[in-house]
Amino acid sequence: MATGQLPPLVKGVSLGQDAWRRLRKSRVAMLCLWTIVAIALLAIFTPLLPLQPPDRKMTRLQYAAPEFSPLWVRFEDDTAGAAKVPDEEDQQLFRDYPELGLISRAMVRIRYRIFGDGSITSICGRDELGRDVLSRVFWGARISLLVGLVAGSVSLVIGVTYGSLAGYIGGAVDNFMMRLVDVLYSIPFMFIVIYILTIINQPEVKAWLEEIGIGRMTVFFFLVGAIEWLTMARVVRGQVISLKTEPFVEAARATGARQGRIIFRHIFPNLVSIVIVYLTLTIPRVMLFEAFLSFLGLGVEPPDVSWGLLANEGIKVITPVRVVWWLIFFPSLALGITLFSLNFLGDRLRDALDPKLASR
Amino acid sequence: MLGFIAKRLLWMVLTLWVIFTVSFFLMRAVPGGPFDSDRALEPEIEANINRYYHFDEPLVKQYGRHLWNAVRGDLGPSYKLSDYTVNQVIAQGLPVSMALGVLALAFAMCLGLVAGITSAVRRGTAADVVLMSIATIGIAVPSFVVAGLAIILFVFVIPIFPAAGWGSFDQLILPAMCLGAPYAADVARISRTSMLDVLSQDHIRTARAKGLSPARVIWGHALPGSLLPVASFLGPAIAGILTGSLVIERIFAIPGLGSHFIEASLQRDFTLAMGCVLVYTVLVYSMNFLVDISYSILDPRVELD
Repeated sequence: MATGQLPPLVKGVSLGQDAWRRLRKSRVAMLCLWTIVAIALLAIFTPLLPLQPPDRKMTRLQYAAPEFSPLWVRFEDDTAGAAKVPDEEDQQLFRDYPELGLISRAMVRIRYRIFGDGSITSICGRDELGRDVLSRVFWGARISLLVGLVAGSVSLVIGVTYGSLAGYIGGAVDNFMMRLVDVLYSIPFMFIVIYILTIINQPEVKAWLEEIGIGRMTVFFFLVGAIEWLTMARVVRGQVISLKTEPFVEAARATGARQGRIIFRHIFPNLVSIVIVYLTLTIPRVMLFEAFLSFLGLGVEPPDVSWGLLANEGIKVITPVRVVWWLIFFPSLALGITLFSLNFLGDRLRDALDPKLASR
Repeated sequence: MLGFIAKRLLWMVLTLWVIFTVSFFLMRAVPGGPFDSDRALEPEIEANINRYYHFDEPLVKQYGRHLWNAVRGDLGPSYKLSDYTVNQVIAQGLPVSMALGVLALAFAMCLGLVAGITSAVRRGTAADVVLMSIATIGIAVPSFVVAGLAIILFVFVIPIFPAAGWGSFDQLILPAMCLGAPYAADVARISRTSMLDVLSQDHIRTARAKGLSPARVIWGHALPGSLLPVASFLGPAIAGILTGSLVIERIFAIPGLGSHFIEASLQRDFTLAMGCVLVYTVLVYSMNFLVDISYSILDPRVELD
């Protein structure tokens, strides 16, 4: 048998692999990708890092400027003299942290086991109450990214469902659904969300929501997510319509595949790439939205921190007497880098996935 | 054309009605009246207040009365700013916000177009790279960050502008620039792309071939065609500038509609907040409408439906 006569196997390259290859050619896009990964990892493991507790107030160090030496200090505990009650040790430990989940608590414990009360100096300065800005930026990243992720997912679910339904059903239903999207585009949702937040901030409503187990933050996440799905719906609809008439869908129908099978097995996998692109573009939008609302005092509330809230604290203390630039600069820098990376990566992903640009 | 206008108007009225209805019932679903937070009132006074604001009527009747008033353009009294009606507050704040917004938009358009056209014409040069890098960063940075840094830089480090307030023209420049900056970045990117598109077309080659000066080719032949995508961006830009002015007005202590709206939201002044939402919706809606019409004028091929 002369197997050598067979033509060499040409390995197929899927659209995704092709796009990935093209994306890797852009150095800046890869840098953005790694930046996002790094920021996400740092945010997840913030409780483990040797930072000062984000809410530790040291009023005599109010507005201390950034300092770099010594880089490693033991942060002071102004209650060290007080008698420690054993079973209150936990409370003692978590006194200066926002409300934490189980895993975060465990991470904080490990952090104290490893580093004790040693920590990095306030290289980003201190705020009005003498709290460490570096630590607050890190803890703020957790909330800001969480908003981006959760609200982004909400918009993903709504947008994909809406768009694929409209595209798949087609006809008058599609027509109506898309007309509705057109109308929704010209509604200033920011104002409506602020109005709804006003209602939610009413103490009675807050209490009632907590009674049925919905935190204010949950409502906040959903509100923000529920308004950024329009573009996603449009794009998905277009993709579904063009997929619907593809020969392979026709073939599946001809072999007697059920509706559900066609949708989930043949159409959804082909939507993944475009959905990822628009997700990377939606996440910075919702993060910006959150920063906006928190900045206005309508979003995240203390003791939680987010970048928007931190920037707000910075703007509030602008006075001619002394320029506390680090209070604005560092949260803004974190926000700016994250948003820039996500935006840039999303743009490049979109280009990489566009077959029309493939020849470039 | 007439059909288009009628259709759009119908949608706007429908949208406003939905927003009004939802806000009204949300507002009334909140337990307690607007004056509960004050000290306890005498029962007679409370009854009087309730009668004055028609709280003693059935909900449907109140709704009908409010809707009718709103249709006639009367948005009722403000809950928290006593002695003011919502209409008075809006009449006071709206012109201020409009002045700020128009200036910001003009700034965004001028700067964005100049930057975009420059970098398209000088494609690949250092100027192009620098301008587009600034634009990419400008899109990512929220306006309150720009404002914070600008205040530190131009008010305290190099004191050329007043920090805040309202009244004189130089108090308007810095806020308008901060408000317009992200949109200038957007306009620059959009106009660069569309300019490059137009520059590669045949009629530009013809214009060059017949010996027109480069300036004449760009300003007379390329620019009009490249303005279309910029015009279609105007709608989102106006909506964004209105939203952004919420933050900018607060930072610079400008007594515009945005400040009133945020104050109303923080103080739970529902009638005022609702009135502002309605005004903003009308503004954004009609601006989008105007943009669509201008689009069809700029490009006769566009059909309105």
